[in-house]
This record gives sequence, structure tokens and C-alpha cells, in this order.
Amino acid sequence: MTTAVADSHEAHEDHGPAKGLTRWLFTTNHKDIGTMYLIFSLVMFFVGGAMALIIRSELATPGLQFVHPEFFNQMTTVHALVMVFGAVMPAFVGLANWMIPMMIGAPDMALPRMNNWSFWILPVAFGMLISTLFMPGGAPASGWTMYPPLVLQTGDAFPFLIFSVHLMGLSSIMGAINIIVTILNMRAPDMWLLKMPMFVWTWLITAYLLIAVMPVLAGAVTMLLTDQFFGTSFFLAAGGGDPVMFQHIFWFFGHPEVYIMILPAFGVVSEIIPTFSRKPLFGHDSMVYAASCIAFLSFIVWAHHMFTVGMPLSGQLFFMFATMLIAVPTGVKIFNWVATMWRGAMTFETPMLFSLAFVFLFTIGGFSGLMLAVAPADIQYHDTYFVVAHFHYVLVPGSIFALMAGAYYWLPKWTGHMYNETAGKWHFWLSTIFVNLTFFPMHFLGLAGMPRRIPDYSTQFTDFNTMASVGAIGFGVSQLIFVYVLLTAKKGAHATDRVWEAPRGLEWTVPSPAPYHTFDTPPKLRVAQESFE
Amino acid sequence: MAACRRVRQVNNIMIRKSLLSVLGLTGASAAHADWALNMPKGITELSAETYDLHMMVFWWCVAIGIVVFGVMIFSLFKHRKSVGAEPASFSHSTTAEVLWTAIPCVILLIMAVPAAETMIRLEDSRDPDVSIVVTGYQWKWHYKYQDEGVEFYSSLALPSVEARPKQSGVDPFSVENYLLEVDRPLVVPRGKKVRLLMTSNDVNHAWYVPELAIKKDAIPGIINEAWFRAEETGTFRGQCAELCGKDHGYMPIVVEVVEADAYQAWVDTRKAGDAQVAQMEK
Repeated sequence: MTTAVADSHEAHEDHGPAKGLTRWLFTTNHKDIGTMYLIFSLVMFFVGGAMALIIRSELATPGLQFVHPEFFNQMTTVHALVMVFGAVMPAFVGLANWMIPMMIGAPDMALPRMNNWSFWILPVAFGMLISTLFMPGGAPASGWTMYPPLVLQTGDAFPFLIFSVHLMGLSSIMGAINIIVTILNMRAPDMWLLKMPMFVWTWLITAYLLIAVMPVLAGAVTMLLTDQFFGTSFFLAAGGGDPVMFQHIFWFFGHPEVYIMILPAFGVVSEIIPTFSRKPLFGHDSMVYAASCIAFLSFIVWAHHMFTVGMPLSGQLFFMFATMLIAVPTGVKIFNWVATMWRGAMTFETPMLFSLAFVFLFTIGGFSGLMLAVAPADIQYHDTYFVVAHFHYVLVPGSIFALMAGAYYWLPKWTGHMYNETAGKWHFWLSTIFVNLTFFPMHFLGLAGMPRRIPDYSTQFTDFNTMASVGAIGFGVSQLIFVYVLLTAKKGAHATDRVWEAPRGLEWTVPSPAPYHTFDTPPKLRVAQESFE
Repeated sequence: MAACRRVRQVNNIMIRKSLLSVLGLTGASAAHADWALNMPKGITELSAETYDLHMMVFWWCVAIGIVVFGVMIFSLFKHRKSVGAEPASFSHSTTAEVLWTAIPCVILLIMAVPAAETMIRLEDSRDPDVSIVVTGYQWKWHYKYQDEGVEFYSSLALPSVEARPKQSGVDPFSVENYLLEVDRPLVVPRGKKVRLLMTSNDVNHAWYVPELAIKKDAIPGIINEAWFRAEETGTFRGQCAELCGKDHGYMPIVVEVVEADAYQAWVDTRKAGDAQVAQMEK
């Protein structure tokens, strides 16, 4: 097996990567594009993080200290757009680009030129979005949900907001098409669907979600555009339109979007926990069915974001029951991870630590999610800090911890060297402590009745806000350790092909660092697995 | 009831002090006492029901958490390589998988039934005693009592207005009910069914008072309904809960619940006052 790979590697030595800037501009190589996606998302993570720190600094004590309310609203809006579309989603696409071809034994992505294009759209889209901060009237300030009529009060930034959302959607759709085509057509000959690794499975499902809902978002924002500039009244009551219709369309996109950001995270931890438990993933097939089930349910629960807009009783009951149902397949996934650890032989390297924290803290986000599903209680929680706590628990120690886990797990395969484990552990422990200090107190603020998206608050909310702000600054600073780990990534000991003691998957059969071209001839999954015994 | 609440408050303060001393944050904020860890029980039958639902789901989550995290933590200590654990090789158990699909379904059913019952009562706004049209504006509320012929705007009170700008020089802690006080509160009678008809003049707002367990969006072109029957007199505060522009954080809601005769007296004075204003405007 390994010799076959080494041979093909040698044969391609003559046309390795091009030199200089053009290598990155014109590359069609999945590894180069994956690297660009990952670096881009890390930069966006820090841009969005800086905005979060502006928000938390302002909220550290009551009274306005640093910013005006207009600017505060711009920060909450752009922070969310940057983190959702610029950090979390591209980071998972980056992992997909790097790892899916290597996990299924394909030489590259199926549509390499489109792959290049779908990446290079992103810097343009975010350059445009961030440039709105310097426009008359400032950046969009209507929240990332862009509800009309408020969003129509945006200044010159408005058409740029719409166009950048269109571009992000375009990029996501092309990325998703590429991933589906690659997975369905380019697997190793004996890797039938239920033999695929969980990361590949969750991405296949995610890609379908993307194709289904990104056009819906594009349609919704286009209607906003025509309402603003071409005299239509899709969402304007004065012209016979309906502001609530936008919310329905937006959340038809928005709820599957939530799973777009978490399903690949499920995939990542489903790769890591078995490796460091030295035991196969428990219930591989039921994990696949659970993920498919979650994906299906994500299409019929959107209005649970809208329990206060005034829906008919029957609608509210339907969306409440459907939402509660999601707890079942999500529970199955968590039980399966715990069962994978059960009677394993665990070790606790950085990727495993991040994955374990993921299981713990995502579950806490799941609990608050279950509470939010109960419609009468949701009416109290809605649009308060309880919701802010909930979705940050599933997104930060959820999606972002899974991304960190994945980065540490595959970094030696990418660089050929072991990263600095001590720094990794510091990164983990500080992140975990501060993430909880930031977001746990927000549950109490929300229950006490503090609304979201306010720049200043009544004095009884002070203590928990101060805690959250201290936590946020600590969390932000801790992420610099990750940058240090990346900068010193090539200084560690040489990594073996398999890197860890017990990973199982085709990506561990190629040398570390992975050569520029891998699997020019399709591998045999069975042969690879036998080599691991 | 009031005594009970005071005990709760004292408990909260004690928990808070111990929490904060752990974090070393005590010094900065010992001055204010009105502090809460949990959702208020509120002053209506439905707010109490909502609170009970919230606590029921919360305790289910705690119970599930103890089981799941308990097993996981046990495993983390017992099944680690450093204590010489040998990995097993099992990867399926139909019994376990059926059980942990079926049991959550049963638990969900136990939660869903009372939740649906409360939801049905929340939506029953028939036969109100008092109907008030609530209109959201950027950035204040307008109240119009439908049968009494009383209407007025309700905006952020002056002390907060003076304290809120950057570099105002006023310490928010020195302002009573900072950002939660209005010039003219909504006055309602105790024990009567009050129906609110919500709409908006410009963008979406949401009328939110935790003690009444009401949060309802005020949307232009749409009239939404909510109702409550307050069982206690007193002053209850809330805020706009739907982002509505730059002063979204500055349009609080204050509801004064008074006895029926005091309410009638208030309506009469308001009416006389309004008539006087109308006279003067002529």
C-alpha cells in the first residue's frame, strides 16, 4: 500500500507546486486550496473576534464607555456575519478540501477549477462586507438576520451587504457541489457508502443542506434589494407586503444553516474519539442515520425562531413538537460517542481534549436548546441573553472546538512534524476555562430578562456582564497560543505516516507531510485496514 | 408571597456573594441588590405555569446530564491507557441503541403535554375586560385604551436620558432604575383580563415584561394579541426585545398594576387631563 503511494509520489515530483504568488492564485490542488480556506477562516476568526471584544468591552460595565449605539449595532451584525460565513463555514470547507480526497482515496477534488473559484470569491465578498464599515451610514446594523423593515434603513452599505451575501452563497454552493461530486464519484473502489468515514458522511449531508438552502437566502436578500431600489413591496406592509414572510424565508435557510455549521463538527469528533479511545466508533451506521434524520428535521423546524411573531396556535404546536424531536437523533450521537469511549484505552492529546470538551459543552448547548424548544418557555427566553448563551455554546465550544480538534489532529499530516503539545494543552485549558466564563453567566442574564443586542443595560445586570467580558478577553488572548502553535508547527519531531497510535483511515497510509499529489491510483480500503491490524 | 420573594432575594444575594468572592470580583459591585439567577415566577397564573415548565425541563436536563456526564467521567478515569486499560473492540449493541432512542421519546412526551396545554391557554385572549392597543415607535411606546378613550406615549424617563450618553458624567449606579424607568407607565387593574393589541408604526419591536410572561412582536401591518391577568399590585419592568435600530436599548416598558378603584380614578384623571389638553389646543 504505502509503496504504491510512494511510487506515484515520485512520478509526480517533476510537476510539484508552482512557485510564488501564482501558485496560490491559480492552484487547482485540493491541498493548496484547503490551506487557503483554513488560513482565510483563521484571519476571519480574529477579525470577528476583535469585533466581539469591542462588544464585550462596551458591555463590561453599565453606561456607554467606548462606542455609540449605532456602532455597537454594526459590531453585533458584522461579528455574526464574519463568524458564520467567514470563519466557521470556510474552515469546515478547508478541512473538507484537505481531508475528503485523502479519506476516500481520490487524487483531488472532482472539479478543481471550480474549487479555486469558490475560494477566491470569499476574500472579495468579505473585503466588500468589511469595507462597509467605512461607508456613509456605516456597516449594516440590523443584526445578521437582516429583518425588514429595519434592514431597509441601512445606509450606503445596503447593496454591498446584499451582494456580499450573494457571493458567499455562490461560493458555498460551488463548494457543496464539488464535495458531493467528489464523494459520490471518486471513492476507492471498495469503499461503498456505509464504509465511508463519518467526516465524509457528515460533509455529504451538509453539502446537500447547503445546496438546498443557500439559494433560498439569495432569494430572500434579492427581494430585500428590489424592495429597496425597485419599488416592490415583498416585505413592506404599506404596499401590501408582509415583514413576517421574510422571517419565514430567512429561517427556512437559517435553521439548516445551524446544522451546516455543526454536522461537519460531529464528523470531526467522530474521527478523533475512536483514535484516542483505541476502539472503533460505536454505532457507525446509526450515526449516519442520526445525521440524516437531523438534516431532514432541520427543514421543518424553522419557525421555532419565531414563537413571538404571532403564529396560529396549531403552527406553534407543530414547530414545538418537531423541534423537540431533534433531541432524539442528537442524543443518539452523544450516547454513541460516550459508548465509543466506554471500555476504551484513552489518552488525552490536544485533539482528544478538544473533542471531549466538545461533547461536554455541546451537550450543555443541547440542553438549553431543548429548553428553548418548549414554546411557552421560549416566549420568555426569546431574544434575551439566554439565546445568546445557547447558540454560543453550540458554536464556540461546539463548532470551533471541533475545528481546533481537527486542526491539531491533522496538523502533523499536513506539515510532517508534531506540533508543540505543551502549547496545545495550554491553548485547550485556557480556551475551555474562558469560554465557560464568557458564556455561562449569559444564561442567568437572559433568565433575569436582559434583551440581546443592547449597548447598555440596567445596573442589576452588571456582575454577570463583567464576568462575561473578562472571559471574552481571556478567550481572545488564548487563541494567540494557537497562532504560536501554527508558527512553530514545523519545528517539532518528524511525524510518522500514521502520526497517532491507532487512527484508521486512508489518510494515514500516505506519508507525512502528505505529498502534493496523493492516490493517483485508487487504493484498496481493505488492504489499508488490514495494514492497521 | 412578598416575604417569600424577599427570602429568595436574600438567598440570591448570598449565592452571588460567594460566587463573586470565588472569582475575586466582589469590590466593584456590592451596591445593587436586585439580582437574579433564574426566571421570575411572575404575577400571573400563566407566568407561574411558564416558570414551572421551565423548571421541569431544566430538572430533566439536569437528570440526563448527571447520567450522561456521570458515565463519561467514570469512563474518563477508568478507561484510560495510563491506568492500564485494554481497549475492547465492540462497536454495536442493538439493545442499547433501541433503549437510548426510546427513552428520550418518552421523556419528550412527558414534557410536550403540559407545554401544549400552557400554549393553548396563552393563546386564549377571548373576553377581555380591558383592551389596549400598543404601538411601537423608534424609540418609544404608545398606549391607547380602546374603551376608556385614554392614550399616551411612554418614553425613557429623564434621569436615564441624561445619564445614557457617552461621557455624560452621570454614574449609572446613581440613577434609580437606570434604563428601566419611563415618563408615563402603563396602568392596569389587578385581577382583570387585559388584552394587548400590538402593532408598530415603523420597524419590528417586541413588547417584553418578564413578570407577565409576555413577549410579543409589534410588527407594522400586523396586529398581534397577548393577554394577562395580574394577581398582584406593583410596578413591573421590561424592555423592547426586538432589535429596532440605534436606540433599541432605550425604550423600556413599565407596567403599574393597581386595584380596580385606583385604576378607575386614574382613568378619570387622565381623561380630564386629555380633555383639558384638547381644549387648550383648540
